[in-house]
Amino acid sequence: MERNQMRRQLALIRQSFFDQGFLDEQFIQLEELQDDANPNFVEEVVTLYYRDSSRLILNIDQALERNPLDFNKLDNYMHQFKGSSTSIGAKKVKAECTQFREYCKAGNSEGRCMRTFQQLKKEYAILKRKLEAYFQQARQAGPLETACRSRN
Amino acid sequence: KTIMGMAAEAQYHVLAVDDSLLDRKLIERLLKTSSYHVTAVDSGSKALEFLGLLEDEHNDALAPSDVDVNLIITDYCMPGMTGYDLLRKIKESKSLKDIPVVIMSSENIPSRINRCLEEGAEEFFLKPVQLSDVNKLKPHLLKGREKESEPSINKRKGMEECHSHDKTRTKYDGLEVV
Repeated sequence: MERNQMRRQLALIRQSFFDQGFLDEQFIQLEELQDDANPNFVEEVVTLYYRDSSRLILNIDQALERNPLDFNKLDNYMHQFKGSSTSIGAKKVKAECTQFREYCKAGNSEGRCMRTFQQLKKEYAILKRKLEAYFQQARQAGPLETACRSRN
Repeated sequence: KTIMGMAAEAQYHVLAVDDSLLDRKLIERLLKTSSYHVTAVDSGSKALEFLGLLEDEHNDALAPSDVDVNLIITDYCMPGMTGYDLLRKIKESKSLKDIPVVIMSSENIPSRINRCLEEGAEEFFLKPVQLSDVNKLKPHLLKGREKESEPSINKRKGMEECHSHDKTRTKYDGLEVV
């Protein structure tokens, strides 16, 4: 009984990610690639994302301390960041990346870049917290039927 | 047609090239889900190395049969050798030019897309690549297969029993007259 309750709750939490714009369709694509042979695929991908992007954040933080800013370098980092955020469906983070890159292209809005990056880190941290809690709850609830299909 | 179908069931080997670990994991999963055998590398030069073509070499010391890759799917934006550079090198190579190449990119730039297609890329996928994109690979792979050695449809197996609609057909020494 409790398990069903947990699963229902989990489904609601999951739906809220989409409703509130934290995640987009790409996340569902990831879920569809998960099956009995690869039961933790989504979590693995997300873990990889956080590992990858924490390194990028460090690099960007350092690059933002330079004077003057190397906009090319920053744009390069952000291109990577945007790419991986897109790959997991991190909608809000991706939007911040796009904004940041626009300011980079403008090349003269140091303040805006900084502020956008602070916002990006905030969104990034929020999503990380939410997803970590989600996967932990998913483990407790047992295998989900949601978007997972039995596949060879 | 069934025999061709059976031959196609033997796994196709796809070489995936992407500098992003995350995207490599993704494309690998997408391809494996579609029952392809996958090798994933993180750069154009590693790809060429795998294909047996060294960067500086212009003459192909490699016989076509040594290379067992049926399709190459590569990211466009990579440090060092871009996907476009890789595409060009493959198309310039006698031994590799018939291998279908697909380009992936996170950026929707028409001039980029056209350039790749003109250089011989079969498809251009916008990232994030999805299952529906991977499903488009089959015809390119089949086309590649046809260019290989003749399938065994025409081989006669005289002693083997063939199902005959006409059960009363005369058989001579176990060999069915066709």
